[in-house]
Amino acid sequence: MAETVTFYLLAGLAIVASVLVIGQRNPMYSVLLLIASFAALAGLYIQLDAYFVAVAQIIIYAGAIMVLFLFVVMLLNAPQEDAAEWDRLHPLRRPGVARFGATLAVLLVVQLVWALTRIAEYDAAVGGQAAGAAVGSVREMGRVLFQRHGFAFEATSILILVAMVGAVVLARKEGPDA
Amino acid sequence: MIPLGHYLIVSALLFAIGTAGVFLRRNLITILLSIEIMLNAVNLSFVAFGRFKGDLDGQIITFFVMTVAAAEAAVGLALVIALFRHKESLNPDAFTSLKW
Repeated sequence: MAETVTFYLLAGLAIVASVLVIGQRNPMYSVLLLIASFAALAGLYIQLDAYFVAVAQIIIYAGAIMVLFLFVVMLLNAPQEDAAEWDRLHPLRRPGVARFGATLAVLLVVQLVWALTRIAEYDAAVGGQAAGAAVGSVREMGRVLFQRHGFAFEATSILILVAMVGAVVLARKEGPDA
Repeated sequence: MIPLGHYLIVSALLFAIGTAGVFLRRNLITILLSIEIMLNAVNLSFVAFGRFKGDLDGQIITFFVMTVAAAEAAVGLALVIALFRHKESLNPDAFTSLKW
């Protein structure tokens, strides 16, 4: 019972915070609300016995990535979304077009939920299966990560290196004094 | 016990919210945040499926998604800074010089 209540509480928090993220005009609030959404997701991971993923979610997402976002928001000092004259007159902002787009978006959600409720495993309980202890153990996870997914792990390090070099090159000031 | 379908519906809703954010918002930073919401929605279904099957592959792939998200955020924010320096604006419609 407590498990069910916790699930709906965390899921509701994640969804409401995400809706508010895209509903804010101030990117500062958006970033802070997204941290709340990620914390709720970390709670869901704990409920799924994925303890290490939950901790990584807090440290990497809420810690590192969101601080990077906050840093850029403060650095650019552009708190409000600018609605310039040419932007308000943009053809895609006409009410008819916007209504059509909103209808399509609602249709997508309805379709997704409809498709999901029809799969055979919809009512199968998660977490009732055997091997519950093995799924939560960091030792087992390290073994699988380095034995079965060693190549992907090494490829990840190259990806991070490329991203690092790319970020430095892109954000560098252009000109002879750079 | 929570049914698997409920996790998947939460994931689908979060993904739809992220998609809506990418299309609706006129701010590059909020668009990047919406992409992070979408990546997290997919992570949730990976972990739920992994727990349902009782093996660790769902959690492993979540780590790779997190790594890709970190790389994407670094490069994306560097692009945002470079664009802002160029046009003093974060509106994606301000950058139309590649349009003919």
